Amino acid sequence: MSDALEVLNQVGKWKEAGKGVAVATVITTWGSSPRPVGSQLGVDDSGAMVGSVSGGCIEGAVVKEALDAIKDGKPRLLDFGVTDEQAWDVGLACGGKVQVFVEKVG
Amino acid sequence: MQASTLAALQAARTARKPIVLATRLGDAAETLVYPDKAEGAQAGDATLVAAARRALGTGKSETIDVGADKVFLNVYVPPPRLVIVGAVHIAQTLAPMATMLEFDVTVVDPRGAWATAARFPGVKVIKEWADEAFQEMGLDVSTAVVTLTHDPKLDDPALESALKSDAFYIGALGSRKTHAKRKERLAAVGITDEMFARVHGPVGLNIGAKSPAEIAVSILGQIVEVRARRLESLAAPKVAA
Repeated sequence: MSDALEVLNQVGKWKEAGKGVAVATVITTWGSSPRPVGSQLGVDDSGAMVGSVSGGCIEGAVVKEALDAIKDGKPRLLDFGVTDEQAWDVGLACGGKVQVFVEKVG
Repeated sequence: MQASTLAALQAARTARKPIVLATRLGDAAETLVYPDKAEGAQAGDATLVAAARRALGTGKSETIDVGADKVFLNVYVPPPRLVIVGAVHIAQTLAPMATMLEFDVTVVDPRGAWATAARFPGVKVIKEWADEAFQEMGLDVSTAVVTLTHDPKLDDPALESALKSDAFYIGALGSRKTHAKRKERLAAVGITDEMFARVHGPVGLNIGAKSPAEIAVSILGQIVEVRARRLESLAAPKVAA
C-alpha cells in the first residue's frame, strides 16, 4: 500500500516543480489482473511515470490518456481487456480486465 | 485530484492515520473520510460515509453506487511496521530489506555501541530497553516484532511485552534449544504455553538460511506470509451462522 505513498510523494514533487500532473487509479478488476484495485500511476506532462496500474501492458495507453487529461482537465474512465468492445489496441496478456480512472491533479 | 486532497493524503500517511478518498467518477468530486470526520463534496451523504467507514475496517478499495452515481473508495491504510530488537549484524540487512517491502522499520537496542544511526542509515533507531520503547510507540495489529540479540536480558523483556500486545507477528532468533529455555524463563513471569505459542521460533522460514542476508530473507518471507494470511482471513466473507 505504501507504494501509494511513493506515487503521491512524486506527484507532489512534480506539482511543486510547476509541472502538469495526472493520476491513474485501478478502480475495478475482473479475472487475473496484475495490480490490485487502488493501485496508482502518476504521470507528468513530459510522460514520466511513477507507480503502475498493470504489469506494463497498458501503461503506454494510460500515459497517452493522462497527457490528454493534463491538457483538457477532464477525468476519464478507461476499460482494458481482451474482450473489450471499445476495441482498445492494447489488451492484457493475462486475459484479465481492468478499469482505470484518470484525472488531472491540481 | 485537488492539490489539497493530495496534501491531506500525505499528512494522514505521515501520522499513520487511515483515510478513505471517495471520488465520484462522473465529475471527479472528492470526499475525504476519516474514522471520526468527513470533508468535501459528499461529506453529508450518510450512505457514502458509512460505506467508507466500512472500507476503513476491511482495508479494501472498491467502487460503490451512491444514488445514480458511481463512487470509487480508495482506502489508504498506514503501512505495516517492523520493530527489530537488537541492532546486530542481521538487523543491518533485515532493516533495509524490510524498508524495500514497504515496512516502517524501527531498530531498538539499549546498547550505545550498537544502536547508532551510522549502522542503520535511513532507519529509525531507538537507544532504549525494548519494553520501554514498546510502551512509547504502542504495538498495534499492523506491527511485527523480531528479537535478534540472543541475550535473555534484552530479548526476554521484549518478548514478554510483545506477547501482551496486538502485534500480528512475533519472532525470536535462536535454536530450538534456546527457544525451549526461553519458554521456561517466560513461564516464570506468567507467560502461558498458549501465549508463548504466538512466538515464531526458531524464527523465519526453513530455507537453510546461513548468512545474515539469507536469514533476513527467511524472516521477511515468514512475516509476509503471516500478514497475507491474516489479511485474506479479514477479507473473506463470514460464514453464515
